[in-house]
Amino acid sequence: MANIPEDLHYSKDHEWIKVEGDIGTVGITDHAQHSLGDVVYVELPKVGDRFTSHEAFGSVESVKAVSELFCPVAGEVTEVNETLNDEPEKVNADPYGAAWMIKLRIDGGGEVDKLMNAAEYEDYIKAEAD
Amino acid sequence: MTAAPSLKQTPLNAAHRRLGARMVDFGGWDMPVQYPAGTVEEHLRTRRACGLFDVSHMGEIEVLGPDAIPFVNRLCSNDAAKLVDGQAQYSALTTPRGTVVDDLLVYRFAADHLLLVVNASTTDKDWDWIASHRAGDHVELKNRSADFCQIAVQGPDALRVLQTLTATPLEEIRYYHFREGSVDGVPSIISRTGYTGEDGFEVYAASDEAEQLWNRLLEAGGYGTQEGVLPCGLAARNTLRLEAAMSLYGHEITEETSLLEANLGWITKLDKGDFIGREALARQKEEGVRRRLVGFEVTERGIARDDQDVLIGGEKVGRVTSGSPSPFLKKNIGLAYVPAERANEGQELQIDVRGRAVAARVVSTPFYKRKK
Repeated sequence: MANIPEDLHYSKDHEWIKVEGDIGTVGITDHAQHSLGDVVYVELPKVGDRFTSHEAFGSVESVKAVSELFCPVAGEVTEVNETLNDEPEKVNADPYGAAWMIKLRIDGGGEVDKLMNAAEYEDYIKAEAD
Repeated sequence: MTAAPSLKQTPLNAAHRRLGARMVDFGGWDMPVQYPAGTVEEHLRTRRACGLFDVSHMGEIEVLGPDAIPFVNRLCSNDAAKLVDGQAQYSALTTPRGTVVDDLLVYRFAADHLLLVVNASTTDKDWDWIASHRAGDHVELKNRSADFCQIAVQGPDALRVLQTLTATPLEEIRYYHFREGSVDGVPSIISRTGYTGEDGFEVYAASDEAEQLWNRLLEAGGYGTQEGVLPCGLAARNTLRLEAAMSLYGHEITEETSLLEANLGWITKLDKGDFIGREALARQKEEGVRRRLVGFEVTERGIARDDQDVLIGGEKVGRVTSGSPSPFLKKNIGLAYVPAERANEGQELQIDVRGRAVAARVVSTPFYKRKK
């Protein structure tokens, strides 16, 4: 059973975002890392890059597959987790902690409110599996 | 979860699900792509100790009768007449253009009894191709694909693991040879072959014995212990064969690639007598091939993947046939077709990785060679 922390928001692209003030920390969910398998490569954007919601901001790759990373809400990148360049396996080990990917200054517009909460995301991945 | 009804299953389908495998559609077959240990560990365990692979989806076509050898020799590029009883040979079914219908193993049980082991997704095509080329030959063909299961036991511990279940002295079976014997009491063909670059065996037995064999091999190999055997999925099978630079049908070799371009001159016996495609291949050999399959290493950040373009000086010159991270070498590697004059070791290339030109260099293959 996938780990789905209560205090995060979730996108249909299997990213999570933790909102603190106008800063959002973004990563991929436990479910996503599990479907992907051993992550061997992470490609992230640069500080200052801007993304709209659902726009690809990078990619994660396992031995077998490439998976794009989609921004859950619009914003400007303020920080990038460079440690994932050398330790991509953290994405499997600690997807909600050490393997956060980017921090964003979130644009206004209430996009966060349209994301799923933990219970909704749990239903969403169950529905996807059926 | 159960398989989509349209997918074919090997006799080990339920066993894979019990082991927690993730199943995928592989050329119409419901196959395990990886088990809970994950592709990297499955790969490395096979290099260090032992991996178990269900390859029951492979096709088996029996050729019986006094013309078995000349018949197979007319369809295949390698020289089946060189085989002795109990020997296997890597070969290819060729088109008149010298391209590849399929690659296969030819097993000789007797001069009038050969077994062709072909790829799963091409079994029906191969069967039609082979059957349509029977002219006045005294041969009988039997598609035995559903009758056999095939389990590959691969890695430095493979011999020790398999030996615990058979009285056949495995040390005596030389590479690319086989014996008929029994494994855990089940009548089997024990073949010292594989697709991983390791020492190992491929065991063929009746399909309804598959589960017993599989479970007994897991047990004998100490599945669940520290360095015990691991069941391995198709993803690990692919990375293992790629490190060993072995061709995969549909990727390095197709009906659009010639044997010589694919560096398979060593299974192309132009002087054995006539065979389909011989003329085209002889001409190609004389004139030289225009492109060639090479191995490459990515030299900056990025992973090359199948079907990406190969660039030199920004211009498209070829195509990646297989690209992947290499779990053992911890590099990003691949095989690609490039113009023959650009195929030398050290040649600088770029790979178009989703719009980004990533530097790579031609290197010698195999990428991985086991210590004997």
